[in-house]
Amino acid sequence: MAGHTEKTGAQHIVPKRIYFAVFFALLVLTWVTTGVSTLDLGRWNIFVALAIAISKASLVALFFMHVWYGTRLTKMILTAGIFWLFLMLFITMADLWTRGWMGVPGR
Amino acid sequence: MDSQAAVVSSEADAPHGHVEHHFEDAAQQKDAATVGMWVFLVTEVMFFGGMFLAYFAYRQAYPAAFASASNKTVLLIGATNTSVLICSSLTMAFAVRCAAIGKKNLIVLFLVLTMLLGGVFLGVKTYEYHDKWVHHEVPGHNFDCEGCVDAGHTPLFFSLYFGMTGLHAVHMIVGIGILFFLIRKASKGAYTPEWHTPVELFGLYWHFIDIVWIFLFPLFYLIDRSGGPK
Repeated sequence: MAGHTEKTGAQHIVPKRIYFAVFFALLVLTWVTTGVSTLDLGRWNIFVALAIAISKASLVALFFMHVWYGTRLTKMILTAGIFWLFLMLFITMADLWTRGWMGVPGR
Repeated sequence: MDSQAAVVSSEADAPHGHVEHHFEDAAQQKDAATVGMWVFLVTEVMFFGGMFLAYFAYRQAYPAAFASASNKTVLLIGATNTSVLICSSLTMAFAVRCAAIGKKNLIVLFLVLTMLLGGVFLGVKTYEYHDKWVHHEVPGHNFDCEGCVDAGHTPLFFSLYFGMTGLHAVHMIVGIGILFFLIRKASKGAYTPEWHTPVELFGLYWHFIDIVWIFLFPLFYLIDRSGGPK
């Protein structure tokens, strides 16, 4: 079986309790992040909100989308996608965040 | 639209467990289809990513306008709609699970539930859009962000709001269209534990839409709700 030694996504039945656990975690996190947004944490509001969003997205991807049980190739494609997204967001924002630091003419 | 093509063609390629000659076995064929769907989803990440970048760049440029404009969205509606979408992801996950263990009637039930919850989400979204329209918060001639700081730049926030939630809603509408097709096939018993690739790939698409909303919700409803830069 050349090139097909990797475990495959053939059949993997995820136990119901895992789906329910992920579901309740997502609901709880939604209402936690909603509640926290009404507190004034200054600049930390955005970090808390995004950290909770990333946790929720990870739960959905890993368990509902079966990445946890998926092939290495699937994981690699997803990681590559997130990495390029990170490059686009971070490098562009790094420019915008730091432009004001040195008073460059015509900023 | 692309995803519909992906789902349909994978079905054409592999009717009912038939393995195409260029695959070694059914498992490899399924892995190939799954990888194809993930590559499509990565292009979708880039598609939405550009809009997220626009949001972050303009929020960086006009923090006060964004903070006051984001208080115009209704927190409770956003949180409720997020919960509705999470419920629809659960029913979708169960539809895929039922397909994999061969409970044919339950596949139909869970797909119908997923479609109904998607419809509820879009209904709430319609109500929100209408509310924005009534309150002159749609960028354009009659735009008026009442009581906003730096009101001249608040149309940027609302343009991004309508652009991003609108693109998300278009994906939901496409998803509901594909669901009609899947429900029809599932009710004829087309999906078996050996072959239910369209259900599984559509599940990936539906969960992806959920993930996009999971990020849209904090950006438009949560951040800067309290305090924030004044």
